[in-house]
Amino acid sequence: MEAAKETCCQNGLAKEMFEQLEHFIVSVNFDPCSPRRKGDLISILHKAQHIFGYLPKELQIWIAKRLNIQHSEVSGVVSFYNYFTTTPKGKYNVAVCLGTACFVQGADKVLAEFERQLGIKGGEVTEDMKFSIDVVRCIGACGLAPVLTVNEKVYGKVAHTDVAKILEEYKD
Amino acid sequence: MKMERINTFAELQERHQALRHLLGLRLNEAGHKAGFERDILVCGGTGCIASASNDIVANLNAALAANGLAKKVQVLKTGCFGFCEKGPIVLVQPEHVFYTQVKPEDAKAIVEEHIIGGRPVERLLYLEPITQKRIPKSGEMPFYKKQMRIALRNCGLINPERVAEYIAAEGWLALGKVLTEYSREQVVDLMLKSGLRGRGGAGFPTGLKWQAAMKAEGAEKYIVCNADEGDPGAFMDRSIMEGDPCSVLEAMAVAGYCVGAEQGVIYIRAEYPLAIQRLEKAIAQSRELGLLGKNILGSGFNFDVRLQLGAGAFVCGEETALLRSIEGKRGEPTTKPPFPAEKGLWEVPTCVNNVETLANIPPIILKGADWFSSIGTEKSKGTKVFALAGKINNVGLVEVPMGTTLREVIFDIGGGIRGGGEFKAVQTGGPSGGCMTKEHLDTPITYENLQAIGSMMGSGGMIVMDENTCMVDIAKFYLEFTLEESCGKCTPCRIGNKRLHELLCTITEGKAENDAIEKLEVLGEVIKKTSLCGLGQTSPNPVLSTIKFFRDEYEAHIKDHKCPAGVCKNLKQYWVVEDKCIGCTACARNCPAVCISGKVKEIHFIDQSKCIKCGVCMTKCKFGAIEIR
Ligand SMILES: Cc1cc2nc3c(=O)[nH]c(=O)nc-3n(C[C@H](O)[C@H](O)[C@H](O)COP(=O)(O)O)c2cc1C
Ligand code: SF4
Ligand code: SF4
Ligand code: SF4
Ligand code: FES
Repeated sequence: MEAAKETCCQNGLAKEMFEQLEHFIVSVNFDPCSPRRKGDLISILHKAQHIFGYLPKELQIWIAKRLNIQHSEVSGVVSFYNYFTTTPKGKYNVAVCLGTACFVQGADKVLAEFERQLGIKGGEVTEDMKFSIDVVRCIGACGLAPVLTVNEKVYGKVAHTDVAKILEEYKD
Repeated sequence: MKMERINTFAELQERHQALRHLLGLRLNEAGHKAGFERDILVCGGTGCIASASNDIVANLNAALAANGLAKKVQVLKTGCFGFCEKGPIVLVQPEHVFYTQVKPEDAKAIVEEHIIGGRPVERLLYLEPITQKRIPKSGEMPFYKKQMRIALRNCGLINPERVAEYIAAEGWLALGKVLTEYSREQVVDLMLKSGLRGRGGAGFPTGLKWQAAMKAEGAEKYIVCNADEGDPGAFMDRSIMEGDPCSVLEAMAVAGYCVGAEQGVIYIRAEYPLAIQRLEKAIAQSRELGLLGKNILGSGFNFDVRLQLGAGAFVCGEETALLRSIEGKRGEPTTKPPFPAEKGLWEVPTCVNNVETLANIPPIILKGADWFSSIGTEKSKGTKVFALAGKINNVGLVEVPMGTTLREVIFDIGGGIRGGGEFKAVQTGGPSGGCMTKEHLDTPITYENLQAIGSMMGSGGMIVMDENTCMVDIAKFYLEFTLEESCGKCTPCRIGNKRLHELLCTITEGKAENDAIEKLEVLGEVIKKTSLCGLGQTSPNPVLSTIKFFRDEYEAHIKDHKCPAGVCKNLKQYWVVEDKCIGCTACARNCPAVCISGKVKEIHFIDQSKCIKCGVCMTKCKFGAIEIR
């Protein structure tokens, strides 16, 4: 486990982050010998993504070793669930809702406009790592459709003509 | 505030009486008045928080403090009132004045004019669009008149972050009653007699499910609450968990007692942070009171609940996939039988119920099976919550008795079509459901009726569409969704849906062959019959039902290369109307593809070969000189 931590740190993942994750694993009373130990995998991956921002391969290997399961089982789970990502997000992540309520109110046009102005597609990040675009399905604010979020901030009733104005806010 | 553990049912009843005053102002109960003169309730649902309802609370508190009223008026955040369209909502009690679209800066007016001055702030009252009159009370608003709130009974009434208010609202009394007065078999009987059917989609009788899980052999059993709410555009379960989290916990405990389970798991979408937070608080407070944990109310019954986060996979709403996901595996469905009631989580008997199903249970126990079965129709009992969205005036959450017609929901409660457009169709059941048209508007909403039309009750998403919605495009949208969400385990769903999607794409691009509709129909039927789980078995429904009711629209795309609704990009062209164009150059200056030519004061021209159909020119032209052909 220590060795895994070492290699990861060499790859640029901070040590404190691993300590935070280790702390969480201990706090859920994880038992590496329990036949039901995989039951904690998804919550640990959630925590890991929360701490690291994404789930790169070396982190997955570390988790597999720590939980006493195969790396393939971890990567199988990571690739299955949309919420987990193996690529880092931009500093500002634009999440456009394409749930049905938003779609019928023209959210696809809003998405297309973001993609055009940023020159990237949904799921990608700009070269300078500043913006990324995500497509999400219903964040439960359908009354404000079409809805998008930039990091935590929610924008409601957005038209494709508002896109430039929104991006302007994050010019820095 | 530390709350003392409640040790018996009698103590719980006493506590209920002692806490009842908390709701005195809100329920207009004389003799139960709390120390406050008024309660100001602010919607604390996801939608309204996104429109700054937290700032409204802060500003109200500041304005009250500035006027020395902090001890006389209490401001609290409740769950969703349902009228999301006009949010944020603020309700002043006991006079029951209902403010809509409140902004943080309105807080001062509410305190100074209403609380101090005694006159409701006229401009914040709901404006009835037809009569143009302001309506002060929610009970008089068309949106609420035909509703009946059972599952949503506490949403907008109590503070969901205080279990004390839940107890004041008769919370946990149902569990107390069951633990002291009912045998497990009697609980099953009560559920069977009530006629309650699952609200998660399939409509399976809850009593039968509990009976199966009760009879299944096993020292260990589980109760699982399905809070995955995968249908995009539906938010019933989220609102219940945000507005009344304890009712879900209580019902799970009742189910636990009935089937003989000591552990409960709520599988909830990670996209619902507020619901997660409220549930966590509710679990902690309920444990503190001894309403979850060991020896509940001195009955010897143990039950506890934990949360398990989903990770964005729609198929995990399907119960067998959901159980695999809790086990930390890929969420791939498994064949039934064995049903979860026999072999579920970790291979032990497991009872999976939906959030709304559970929310109905405490009132059924307190008011009786006869009361519940008197509501609704012969085979569909009780109420159903719908999330109304799409091209409708009153987007929001509504709960109506089963048997209410679509017309009543869409026009009376929903206020009709947004922007005065024409109603075209309504989709229920999300990506598994189908659409219904004008001719179905007077159909009473029941499980059987919707199924007969080719749609389904589903979990409660109701998406309204107007004449600007292209039905081929909508079918394609849903199919894209299921395609992305298919787990890939079985071929008909994985490959078949891909082929369906390709066919739909050729149609929307005007490249389809003449027999495309027949191909869609044949393939759709095959996928339905041969897929392993409910996802594949229902995925062709949106396509098949739009073909059934809007065949002419499909034909227009295929034969005439036209999209009657003007949606499908590849079938539309932007043209300058020569006798309207004054040559202002606005369109040319804004065209991102730089494909509009023309001199000042001369008629402009669009180069169709370069146009990317973004529609910018149309929005920029102030003279209506650009049209879609
Ligand atoms: C593809 C698919 C998705 C589903 N999604 C949900 C869901 O999001 N929420 C839900 O409660 N039930 C969902 N169901 C239904 C569940 O499998 C199950 O029937 C339900 O949770 C049982 O609870 P109930 O009897 O209380 O309705 C889904 C089913 C399928 C086939
Ligand atoms: S029908 Fe689709 S989602 Fe269901 S098991 Fe088959 S591939 Fe997976
Ligand atoms: S904006 Fe309208 S009026 Fe102006 S040049 Fe373009 S088409 Fe003509
Ligand atoms: S639709 Fe867009 S690309 Fe086409 S002419 Fe108008 S502005 Fe230009
Ligand atoms: S569909 Fe976009 S928030 Fe619900």
